[in-house]
Amino acid sequence: MSDRATTSTAPIASLRQARFQTAFAALGMLPILVLLAVGFQLINPRFMTDTNLLIVMQQSSINIVLAAGMTFVILTGGIDLSVGSVLAASAMVAVIVSLMPDIGMLGVPAAILVGLCFGLVNGVLVAYVKLPPFIVTLGSLTAVRGIARLLGNDTTVFNSSLPFDFLGNGTFLEIPWLVIIALSVVIISWLVLTRTVLGTWIYAVGGNAEAARLTGIKVPLVLLFVYGVSGLLAGLGGALSAARLYAANGLQLGQSYELDAIAAVILGGTSFVGGVGSIWGTLVGGLIIAVLSNGLILAGISDIWQYIIKGLVIIVAVALDRYRLQAGART
Amino acid sequence: MLSAKPTPMLDMRDISKTFGPVQALKSVSLTVFPGELHALMGENGAGKSTLMKVLSGACRPDPGGEILIDGKPVVTGDPIRARANGVAVIYQELSLAPNLTVAQNIFLGNEPRRFGIVDAGKMVARAEAILERLGVSFSPRTKVARLSLGERQLVEIARALSTDARIIVLDEPTTSLTSRETDRLFEVVVGLKAQGIAIIYISHRMDEVYELADRVSVLRDGGYVGTLERSELSASALVSMMVGRDLSAFYKKEHRPPGARRPVALTVRGMSDGVLVRDCSFDLHEGEVLALSGLVGSGRTELARLIFGADRKTAGSLELDGKPIDISSPAAALNAGITYLTEDRKELGLFLDMSVADNVNMGVLSRDANRFGWRNYAVGDRRAAQAVSNLSIRTKSTKVNVGSLSGGNQQKVLLARLLETKPKIVILDEPTRGVDVGAKSEIYRIIDDLAKSGIAILMISSELPEVVGVADRALVMRDGAIVGEVAARECKPISQEAIMELATGASAT
Repeated sequence: MSDRATTSTAPIASLRQARFQTAFAALGMLPILVLLAVGFQLINPRFMTDTNLLIVMQQSSINIVLAAGMTFVILTGGIDLSVGSVLAASAMVAVIVSLMPDIGMLGVPAAILVGLCFGLVNGVLVAYVKLPPFIVTLGSLTAVRGIARLLGNDTTVFNSSLPFDFLGNGTFLEIPWLVIIALSVVIISWLVLTRTVLGTWIYAVGGNAEAARLTGIKVPLVLLFVYGVSGLLAGLGGALSAARLYAANGLQLGQSYELDAIAAVILGGTSFVGGVGSIWGTLVGGLIIAVLSNGLILAGISDIWQYIIKGLVIIVAVALDRYRLQAGART
Repeated sequence: MLSAKPTPMLDMRDISKTFGPVQALKSVSLTVFPGELHALMGENGAGKSTLMKVLSGACRPDPGGEILIDGKPVVTGDPIRARANGVAVIYQELSLAPNLTVAQNIFLGNEPRRFGIVDAGKMVARAEAILERLGVSFSPRTKVARLSLGERQLVEIARALSTDARIIVLDEPTTSLTSRETDRLFEVVVGLKAQGIAIIYISHRMDEVYELADRVSVLRDGGYVGTLERSELSASALVSMMVGRDLSAFYKKEHRPPGARRPVALTVRGMSDGVLVRDCSFDLHEGEVLALSGLVGSGRTELARLIFGADRKTAGSLELDGKPIDISSPAAALNAGITYLTEDRKELGLFLDMSVADNVNMGVLSRDANRFGWRNYAVGDRRAAQAVSNLSIRTKSTKVNVGSLSGGNQQKVLLARLLETKPKIVILDEPTRGVDVGAKSEIYRIIDDLAKSGIAILMISSELPEVVGVADRALVMRDGAIVGEVAARECKPISQEAIMELATGASAT
């Protein structure tokens, strides 16, 4: 595609080529998302209707909230496997608090606070006890799941008159609150990552932790922050889940959500070793997953094949991305 | 025993090697005879390692040179064929799998098989035979993790023998050995010689070379300087062969008057790390360039990292401007005005995926930010642009990834970051490593300007002409301790020979 530019030796041409490559790299997986959408539209014209697109966005919202937190963690070269369990525990807390008379609205901040606490525990273990993130969060994946079941005595808790149910089912100017919240999380994350000192430190720690330490960056604080954010957003995800379902179940809620969140981040082009990536990529990655689920259902493909196709698309998309980046890299 | 003119077992002729603009080897020749121990000496960066990489096939020489083994030319640049021809290189960093047994390591990738399955009995038996040939006492069933470093070295040699190596290269084999282990290794080496194996022995230590070598060849700046027979060996001859280099025109230090010595900026007392660095003490004066010389592995970087708080010290204290300070982390050091430029800019210095501007500003982001931690990009970009012009960093813009810059310009980006923290003490670890000549002279100019402005500079350097050209004094380290000081006198620069003698221990033999 850029053959002509390479044969020309003028510096302007190579600069233009570099700009083109940067722009193309910034697009990331967006072409894949568009391609998928067009494909599903051809299979079933109901795909690209206003109502269906809103459904897609609504379905992807909670995953995008979790994936935003996951982006912070993966940018430092870590991983947070516990978000699904933390979501379940927070949702339990949200419903239980909502049942208390008069202070039911406090269910939302309570859920967020619970998520933050679990995240900070992960963070302390990774940053100060210096345990590998995979192992720490694998442990909390299991332990927090147990806590979630304990919270409701291993039953489902309901609240049919949930005071904050609008978060899960209401709309504002015809846009679902879920979508507004997910987009706000993405925009705030973007501001933190690109406009603040802390954001730059996150990229620095992921890019070269030892160099960051030698530059005077307090690496443990940065790690504590990213695991805290991931927990906090998992807590928010829990509140949203509770608001959507009017209920929470410690055993089933949020099972394997961490995998969808990780898939969204990786599809979004964030490097698994850290230091490279963007929150917009994660948004696109989350939408790709939601479009796949929704489109495959509309195409009438069985549940079993949906799993297989989703898995393959993730692998192929990331493989294509690698190939594209290698082609663009200087040797 | 040997006839007057036997065929050399190894004959390397006119070997050259260029890496981009750098000529690492300039038409070097080397002959080694069966049963000979041929020592290879030279400063760090003289080309010894590259020459051995060419021999082992890890590196293809430029066209024109050839390698003959037993008088027959061999294919170059092919590690598998080199091994089949009987060449084995044992590097400083051993490449053993610690959780496997000695026998498994010896035959790793070359296991004796029966019906496609590893024949464990045969493997142990053959390992036993080889170990016996080396006169080694441990069992082939021992896990390598349980062996000492010296014993592991012997396993490496056993591995070489298992592939019928006849030319064995030992790259500074005694660096991390105790003296008893060293003696043990020497016995083995002498035994190998008696079996007709040719040994190329890379070492910086005069006493070892004296004891073992039949001949010594010296390389300097990628060129071949000469070969001495055992009977011609002398410390002064070797030292002058190794250092005999003119000061190039690009060292233009304006000599500061040595008489007017300024107050002490940093006092270092009794620094130890419990591993290598032992009881190091010195004073660093304001406006002075103090070189820290010594061979690679002598503990210079380790000492610098202790001062900077990057590693934990087991003993020692620091005084800054006469007041005791406690430095327990790099952040604390930077707060106190002590900075450190790493020797390994890619692994420990740069953020390769980030822009030049971010790399320059990384140390001062909080200083620029408002109280909500919001970055001030305008100030940062202006600072980066200023640094690019002050230090003549060649880059298309301050927005490009620092990874796309040349080595010299990357180094200047790191220097810029370090200077932006407004340091009082600057520690530079090999500031011109992997940097082209133009950038070198610019870095020297920067160092000189810093010293003139009163900043105290501690410079680690393996290049003697650099030490002589840039520094006012040089401390010399050997085996983790400061063994001496060499200072410039009135109109007389620091003596390279004096440094080399202290660093190699030549004065002791």
